[in-house]
Amino acid sequence: MDMLMNFVWAFIIGGAICVVGQLLLSFTRLTSARILVLFVVLGVFLTAIGIYESIVELGGAGATVPLTGFGYSLANGAIEGAMENGIIGAITGGLTATAAGIAAAIFFGYLFAIIFKPHSK
Amino acid sequence: MAYSDKEKKRYQKQVTERMPKSNAFVQCISAFLVGGLICCIGQAIMTLGTEFFKFSKENTAAFTSMSMIFLGSFLTGLGVYDKIGKVAGAGSIIPITGFANSIVAPAMEHRFEGYILGVGAQMFTVAGPVLVYGVISSIIVGIIYCFI
Repeated sequence: MDMLMNFVWAFIIGGAICVVGQLLLSFTRLTSARILVLFVVLGVFLTAIGIYESIVELGGAGATVPLTGFGYSLANGAIEGAMENGIIGAITGGLTATAAGIAAAIFFGYLFAIIFKPHSK
Repeated sequence: MAYSDKEKKRYQKQVTERMPKSNAFVQCISAFLVGGLICCIGQAIMTLGTEFFKFSKENTAAFTSMSMIFLGSFLTGLGVYDKIGKVAGAGSIIPITGFANSIVAPAMEHRFEGYILGVGAQMFTVAGPVLVYGVISSIIVGIIYCFI
């Protein structure tokens, strides 16, 4: 039952974050690239002021899978690094925490961009 | 060539007329459903990591984002993700799978320009700015935390 609720909350929180993006897309002239940048920075900011942590506790993957979750990992890594190693940790922490995602994005991105042929739109 | 204000206005009007009329409410519903569904797939992968593979918290997070990025890139390669995107809008852009899509799609399109400036550079048309601003803001946050 607990597990089922995790899925329900992931669906609601994840869906709600995407609706915020859709509202920006529909009612402003922001391009999707700008919205993605905005969401990452927003994720970093909300983590820094301690709000995003509680969203993650409730939403699970619903909060970590959207790009704000990428900002959350970056900020969390930087904060942990700062606590353990001072300035050096503050600089290295973000990329250390997100290394898996970035490395996977570069590796799989390159692989599939080379394997597949472009599709006519 | 200079255009008068009148011509510019007429052109703007024609553009607005020809833009696909979209219902923001319906778009928000489909963004909610698709975005929520993608996050549920992420939740399923997370549960698989903690319950089945017994990964640590950090490894589960890494496993989840790697798997989601794999799925996003693979579906983009197949041409499926762009079809989802036409319906879902932000529902497919905001999740990390959309980040993967933004890497593969331009790289694939520009492959004819070569492997360095075609694939290698085009992978980062959207992902580059995201990383630049994400990393910079996280460093600023880290440095602030050093002093408080």
